[in-house]
Amino acid sequence: MTAVDFNTVLPEFVLAAYAMAALLFGVYTGKDKTAPMLVWATSGLFLALALYIGLAGEGERAAFGGMFIDDPFARFAKVIILVSGAAVMLMSQDYMTRRDLLRFEFPILISLATIGMMMMVSAGDLMSLYMGLELQSLSLYVVAAMRRDSQKSSEAGLKYFVLGALSSGLFLYGASLTYGFAGTTSFAGILSTLVAGEVPVGLTFGLVFMLSALAFKVSAAPFHMWTPDVYEGSPTPVTAFFATAPKVAAMALIARLTHDAFGTVSGDWGQVLAALAVVSMFLGAVAAIGQRDIKRLMAYSSIAHMGFALVGLASGTAEGVQAMLIYMAIYVTMNVGTFAFILSMERDGRPVTDINSLNMFSRKEPLKALALLVLMFSLAGVPPMVGFFGKFYVLQAAVDAGMTWLAVAGAVASVIGAFYYLRIVFFMYFGKETDTADSNMAPVQWVVMVAVSAIMVLGIINLFGIEPMAAVAAEALVR
Amino acid sequence: MTVADYAFYAFASVTVVAGLLVTMSRNPVHSVLWLILAFLSSAGLFVLLGAEFVAMLLIIVYVGAVAVLFLFVVMMLDIDFAELKGEFVKYMPLGLLIGVVLLMQLSLGIGAWVQADGAMGLRQAVAPDAAQVENTRAIGLLIYDKYLLLFQLSGLILLVAMIGAILLTLRHRKDVKRQNVLQQMWRDPAKAMELKDVKPGQGL
Repeated sequence: MTAVDFNTVLPEFVLAAYAMAALLFGVYTGKDKTAPMLVWATSGLFLALALYIGLAGEGERAAFGGMFIDDPFARFAKVIILVSGAAVMLMSQDYMTRRDLLRFEFPILISLATIGMMMMVSAGDLMSLYMGLELQSLSLYVVAAMRRDSQKSSEAGLKYFVLGALSSGLFLYGASLTYGFAGTTSFAGILSTLVAGEVPVGLTFGLVFMLSALAFKVSAAPFHMWTPDVYEGSPTPVTAFFATAPKVAAMALIARLTHDAFGTVSGDWGQVLAALAVVSMFLGAVAAIGQRDIKRLMAYSSIAHMGFALVGLASGTAEGVQAMLIYMAIYVTMNVGTFAFILSMERDGRPVTDINSLNMFSRKEPLKALALLVLMFSLAGVPPMVGFFGKFYVLQAAVDAGMTWLAVAGAVASVIGAFYYLRIVFFMYFGKETDTADSNMAPVQWVVMVAVSAIMVLGIINLFGIEPMAAVAAEALVR
Repeated sequence: MTVADYAFYAFASVTVVAGLLVTMSRNPVHSVLWLILAFLSSAGLFVLLGAEFVAMLLIIVYVGAVAVLFLFVVMMLDIDFAELKGEFVKYMPLGLLIGVVLLMQLSLGIGAWVQADGAMGLRQAVAPDAAQVENTRAIGLLIYDKYLLLFQLSGLILLVAMIGAILLTLRHRKDVKRQNVLQQMWRDPAKAMELKDVKPGQGL
């Protein structure tokens, strides 16, 4: 390992060293009493690393013989992952402490999962990709089952673990077929062996296997079965984490794999992604209508949103990747804000997740109801909220790439999907007079929720300059 | 056919049969024992390939540690396998159908298998020249030098597995009395007991 290699993986190295030191600290001191402090320290480190990656990184560097790539694309994704991870952890601390859920392992496992995600978005080789994927998934399986005395949480963890292991198996099988064809696992090497226009059947099998496994990780239909159960069963802070950072990492990973390793045969994977996108958008929009539990609702919502992000990728252009990145950034922001509210929903000190409990919420807490209204409008993609621009960019990318049918399907699905978001707003403002839930917010949750809904409105001016940054990131990936 | 060829066929067929019996045998303990046989004969195959280090690793790590651990787990867990099998039989037809379809598709793909032009060269470019270094050294060069990053990452993955196992199973029970050795040793007999002279017929 040379000094250059080391410098390139510096953020990951710092995070890993921190996780191990924090583990030692947690074990040798007051056990779970130190957990709130560790949560704040971890979030602080996440934000510092995000700042470092965002400001200090420049150019494109490859380390460890091309296994690790540090380019604008990776940095863009890493900043989103780190910032959203920090926000979710800060929001969860109060919720978990009050319900005696907070263990000192929680921030450590989240840090380790984040290292995995950072590896995923920086992977330049099928092997380092897989290592990152497993590091992330394994940590997430554990946090999903963290509430041991709840049957639902254990079920969520087990279900996620079994299906995740299956998808890892599929991925490995696809990777081995790809290796069998190309004779190398490095993305650049695979790309060099491809001849545009003639993809042998065996390689197509490998590609489809790998894409299915990654579609499982982003919970795109028809590989979404685990999502509602895991979202419902896991503790709410864990659900909030599932719905944000890992989605960005897996989506960036799909972009990385398709463009870096299979960039010259975009027609072959484009149609797979387009099919996944259409099924996800419609399934997410239709299946959510019958849901009464807000966590299950957010699960279907995330399936639909992943469909939209995949529309951007399916177009196979730099514009599409840029649209996907913008979409993911907006999606994560909206979800962080919404989960800040879901975390605060409770009745007599016990968390509630039933959407009927929001009846006439506006009379009880007008400001929070207004913030939630903005978030729901944004999730539904109602102009002029920022969420609309995310959808607009991906659909435009699809149209520009000559996939008008995909854009039309997206528009239709988005109209269907708007129903269940607007229903929540309807309950809040015009619902029946029933027993309304309380919203017991920690200051952090309040700040996050109000700030996010302000972003959703103010962002229409220039999207806070995220557009040119995403363009640079996409340029780096698609040449 | 040389001796090595005969040995190959012997080891290979034993591996396949043992692998089949792992899944077929009714008693889970027998399954693990068949698994050990499969490991041993694959170790023989590695020796035939000239990879003696990997062969020994397979025997020491997999047979010596992992399989024995499996054996303990299977014996300790009280799982009613007959009941599980009953559930399994219910989904058997659908599973078989999917399996057959998948198998046919895969044979289609592998039947038309081609390799990229430069694949063989790329494959050999990674490993050190076999004529120059012996294979144990070559493995060391790859794992600890070229693939250092992957090696460290797998270390982190194992760390997560360890944290997870402890987090999900360790319970600090407050209702049990634990032995405190120091306290026991420092106890003063004079304070802890008292001698009483009990008169006959009076009691205390």
